[in-house]
Amino acid sequence: MASIALSSVTKAYGTHTVIRGVDLQIADGEFVVFVGPSGCGKSTLLRIVAGLVPASSGQVLIDGEDVTDVPASKRGVAFVFQSYALYPHMSVERNIGFALETLRIGKEAIRSKVETVARMLKVDHLLERRPRELSGGQRQRVAIGRALVREPEIFLFDEPLSNLDSDLRMEMRIEIARLHEDIKTTMVYVTHDQAEAMTLADRIVVLNQGSIEQVGTPLELYQAPANRFVAGFIGSPRMNFGPVPLGAEAGGFSLPDDLVAHHTSPGSRQPASIGIRPEALSLVAPDAGRMSGVLERVEDLGHEHFAYIRLADQSIWVVRVAGRPPFERRNQPVGLSFADADIFVFDSEGKRMAHRATVPQAGREASEGGLVHER
Amino acid sequence: MAPGALVTSPVRIKRRSSAHYRMRRQIRRGGLGILILLVLAYTLFPYYWAIVSSTKQGAELYTTAFLPALNFGYYRQLFDNPVFMGSLVNSVFVATGTTVVSLALGIISAYALGRLDFPQKRIVLMAILMISIFPQVAVLSGMFELINALGLYNRPSALIVTYLLSTVPFTTWILTTFIREFPRELEEAALIDGCSHFRILTRILLPLMGPSLASTGILAFILAWNEFLFALTFMLTDENKTVPVAIGLIGGTTRYEYPFGQIMAASVTVTLPLIIVVLIFQRRIVAGLTAGAVKG
Repeated sequence: MASIALSSVTKAYGTHTVIRGVDLQIADGEFVVFVGPSGCGKSTLLRIVAGLVPASSGQVLIDGEDVTDVPASKRGVAFVFQSYALYPHMSVERNIGFALETLRIGKEAIRSKVETVARMLKVDHLLERRPRELSGGQRQRVAIGRALVREPEIFLFDEPLSNLDSDLRMEMRIEIARLHEDIKTTMVYVTHDQAEAMTLADRIVVLNQGSIEQVGTPLELYQAPANRFVAGFIGSPRMNFGPVPLGAEAGGFSLPDDLVAHHTSPGSRQPASIGIRPEALSLVAPDAGRMSGVLERVEDLGHEHFAYIRLADQSIWVVRVAGRPPFERRNQPVGLSFADADIFVFDSEGKRMAHRATVPQAGREASEGGLVHER
Repeated sequence: MAPGALVTSPVRIKRRSSAHYRMRRQIRRGGLGILILLVLAYTLFPYYWAIVSSTKQGAELYTTAFLPALNFGYYRQLFDNPVFMGSLVNSVFVATGTTVVSLALGIISAYALGRLDFPQKRIVLMAILMISIFPQVAVLSGMFELINALGLYNRPSALIVTYLLSTVPFTTWILTTFIREFPRELEEAALIDGCSHFRILTRILLPLMGPSLASTGILAFILAWNEFLFALTFMLTDENKTVPVAIGLIGGTTRYEYPFGQIMAASVTVTLPLIIVVLIFQRRIVAGLTAGAVKG
């Protein structure tokens, strides 16, 4: 059990900077998920925590102790790799027990520990097999077992489920969540899969181009994204964005005059764009909505439908319809309706601005970031 | 469909009867077979001719019969020849020694060059390549001084030292390529598991490098087994000569007789161990290429 602290950690390969001054506190026993687009540095950051990649500058603290230059094997961390990285020439038993072999604790002790872990992960019947004789899910369990057997203070996962098919991924996701509940060890988990991030995390860290965009609980990120990047990244299908005002010729919607009126005083930030989540939009008759467009395509996913609406400025907005959509014909004019509370307003730098109708929780979160203007 | 409909379509693929394509496929297969036969004949005929010649006696040698006469007199003579048998022992010693030493050096340097980051890496790699560029004759006299200085003249171990000059560069290069392509996550996993670099090398890399070790080892072995110039220069007395030199020095009963049959018998005899080694390890190489993937 241990807490982790990163203070202004950077990493550069030559002139190419991968991590730009990251500060982060992870509490003891917390499950933190790093998400971000590919190449955002999330795996590198995890490797810096592990000690596999040295930080160019800044400090890594585990339990308040500076471990910046401590080698990986002495940090009390365990790492589960994307490719599982099982040793192909060793049996499952030796794979799990390999870390203990270097500790010289005796064959009997190793064997009993390996068996305990294997039973816990339901791979105890596979101990004699080689990794290539295992299925993807079994390999994943062995990889987790190899991490567990060392009784680490910190668990690090690098996209552990991305090589599994979707059924198995969901199953393993639940097992990892259960594992965390059982052993309550600090876990840091890297993924690009939103579902994994939203369901597993106590807190999510959204990374972009080597910097942290926002840290918060899944709900905070969903309801009160700090900026346009987070708003677009969290949520599936992604949020629809449009410029302000979205004049009549571009779809027929402009912000209600008083919605962000307090921002329009000289010198303060101006609303530059708005965003509305697909699930907050509903399809109505062309003249009954606040915006209008033509129906481009409807995707039927069985339990829900995605309708793609082409606005007058040629941008495509997505509407998530729970049941059957009221319109299905291509090129049919439709209207879009939504509530003021569902409008996200962003300034020219992409920072979210709170407004009159913003939900209370969102207001509170934004004020912590110092973004809200008192009315 | 009406014939007129096709005319309007802009792209129309010309198609002939199925029999036409079947015949074409058969012709292609037949042609390939003939080509393979040609290549096989080209590569195997010299060795076959050596076998045929080695079993003929006296004047038969000068007839062009393609079937072996199955007279093993020359082989018996050969195995009774202590100098030749001694040279066989020398060759096994030299070739095995060269292979083992150059693989050991190759692995260690390949791990450093393939994995560790140090600024002089490129220069070292280039230098290794440069060494193997020089022709043997160019380094012969320098090598001679070196062997004398080491006090190894006329000792088979001198050959191991000199053969390293040509085997270490290519073992290092081949193994460096292998180690570079080795999945980094496996190594990181070993680091987390508390392995030192040396332990990673011995416990993780080496067991997985079997196939590439076998193939580079075979190449080094063949090179050392067949080498002639150094072996001729650095070995003075008959009991220290290696096989290629010993064969070259096989003499007839009179100075006007060229012991063709005996030479052929010797050639066949010394090639057999190579073929056996290659056949043994080839199975491992092929097996190794298809198994042991990390993901799957």
